[in-house]
Amino acid sequence: MQDGPAGKPDKLVLRPRHAAQGGSRRRSHRSGWHWLLLLPIAVPLATPLFNRIEPRLFGFPFFYWCQLGFVVLGMGVTATVRRLAGRERR
Amino acid sequence: MPRLADHHVELTVFIGLFALATLLGLAAARWRRPATFNHIDEWGLGGRSFGPCVTWLLLGGGLYTAYTLVAVPALVSGVGAAGFFAVPFAVVAYPLGYVALTRLWSVAHVHRLATPADFVRVRFGSRWLALLVAVVGIVATMPYLALQLVGIEAVLKTLGVGGHWPLVVAFTALALSTYYSGLRGPALVAFLKGTLLLMVIVAVVLLAAMTPGSWAGIFGKAADTFAATPSLADGLLLNPASHVSYLTLALGSALGLFLYPHAVTGVLAARSRDAVARSLTSLPVFTLVLGLLSLAGFLVLSSGITPVGADAAAGVPGDRNTVIPRLFDASMPGWCAGAAYAAIGVGALVPAAIMSIGAANLFTRNIYREFLRPHATPAEQAQVSRTVSLAVKLGALAAILFLDPQFSIDLQLIGGVVILQTLPAVGVGLYTAWLHRYALIAGLAAGVITGLVMLYQIPALGPDGTVTRAHFGGSTWPLANLGVHSGQSVYVGLIAVAVNLAVAAATTPMFRGMGIADGVDRTRDQDYGAEVGDPSIHRLAELVDGAPTDPRDAANDLFPARATQRLLESPKKE
Repeated sequence: MQDGPAGKPDKLVLRPRHAAQGGSRRRSHRSGWHWLLLLPIAVPLATPLFNRIEPRLFGFPFFYWCQLGFVVLGMGVTATVRRLAGRERR
Repeated sequence: MPRLADHHVELTVFIGLFALATLLGLAAARWRRPATFNHIDEWGLGGRSFGPCVTWLLLGGGLYTAYTLVAVPALVSGVGAAGFFAVPFAVVAYPLGYVALTRLWSVAHVHRLATPADFVRVRFGSRWLALLVAVVGIVATMPYLALQLVGIEAVLKTLGVGGHWPLVVAFTALALSTYYSGLRGPALVAFLKGTLLLMVIVAVVLLAAMTPGSWAGIFGKAADTFAATPSLADGLLLNPASHVSYLTLALGSALGLFLYPHAVTGVLAARSRDAVARSLTSLPVFTLVLGLLSLAGFLVLSSGITPVGADAAAGVPGDRNTVIPRLFDASMPGWCAGAAYAAIGVGALVPAAIMSIGAANLFTRNIYREFLRPHATPAEQAQVSRTVSLAVKLGALAAILFLDPQFSIDLQLIGGVVILQTLPAVGVGLYTAWLHRYALIAGLAAGVITGLVMLYQIPALGPDGTVTRAHFGGSTWPLANLGVHSGQSVYVGLIAVAVNLAVAAATTPMFRGMGIADGVDRTRDQDYGAEVGDPSIHRLAELVDGAPTDPRDAANDLFPARATQRLLESPKKE
């Protein structure tokens, strides 16, 4: 399959795939803090944790206020990750 | 049936705000006016100039569509807890998308990519794979766009406005502003949408506070209603058999959300990587709005609102999507209800415009420019995009006017499953280029076929458990089909994408073993972390040796990094 005008191999310097790219360049966009993001991904999917009525808050059953709380959790964790990973970058 | 004569105030406010939105959309052409509009980056990506605030509003306005805001509360009022899956879906989507979308923005910045298929093109070096991703994107977007009209129609029905001409007028307004202003149109209208949504939420919270017993009373009434129905699927909590469908729907929809071309368009229009990161951090604010509005579904139950056209005695369910507009109608003062309707009407304009632009960009970049006119200038591309965006909207309008809206709803269901099948190429591709281009094509095909077959097998059940429709009746596939009689069902999209990934992973070594070459990956590791103004990465060629040699080629070049790359790899000239 020919891959179009932009893919003419003679116009390109072909690099070996999977070669160590970038040499000594710091992989600044990879941060260990990113693993924190798994928390707001996993917790809202663990339905047995929050499929209950009590305790209520302002009349909301636990099922509802807890999941609205996860929204705030998600924002908090993402904001934290952005700051921590950003600090590493500088 | 609602009568127009009772709704003069609402109608006036609604029309006024709708007209304001249209004017804003047209005026947006002058907002941050670029030197030329005849460039696909200017028309289709707003000049890639939006800061965190505008990106936040644009993405929020585009992702939380009018249909979502009408259909989710309607679903909650119908089945209770199971309909609330939209909230964990939206919670999970942002942390899932955070790393992927910042990477996507960076690589798109370095290589001047405008669509998800553009990315697949540079990453896997296959224009056929890119074509498939583009076609899937367009196919999934069209019915979603049509559903925005269903949102407007729900409002018009509640107002007692009959006939099809108001929809035609609304869509003409949309088409004109998109044609002239491009992505700047919805970006500016998103400010109005945000303001109106805020007002709706305040109104809903006040309404709840004025209801006897406040929220406790509302939930109590809802519990009684669900207890009185024969169905076991509804209730204030998930029943044991619906946990799996709840979490797979949330996870599967979240994985698919940012694969939609309109979501990617919003991300790529951002000015910087940090603008994307900041907007993703604050987008869950819209999820709170969606969550509270979903709970208004319970308010519907406790106020005894019935859908337009419902006749309990005859067993006619009516149009469920009208329950939220009906609630506004019954319990708010006229001006306030009118503004709330406008939140839905204007709320439909923003996503509809972004969707048509996203689909048009896909066509222009990955079909027209790739296969029909390889040397199309950016000005020609912009013109093609404009025309295609018009055609896309006309198609959506025709689908609503001439076909049963249920057809669009079914297609959107299929679209959600199908768009998820681009996850291995676009999503996984952002992290690794290990998968072979032809393996990805095989996986995509396997995923789409699996998804379609499974959706075909799902019947629609009435409240009493009888089959009302034999096929395409839902998006969760009963595990009973596999002989597992736990009563659980799984979101089809998730199963299909698992098949897709398995096929792609299994056939990758096979293709390599057969000696079929991989495509050339033009991206480098550091491209995925690039930030605006990062001189080490972007446009190094221009920094080192001035302007590009052939201006026509440079303006056309999908891959300006190619020149950069050549420089990096040739011995440095100091």
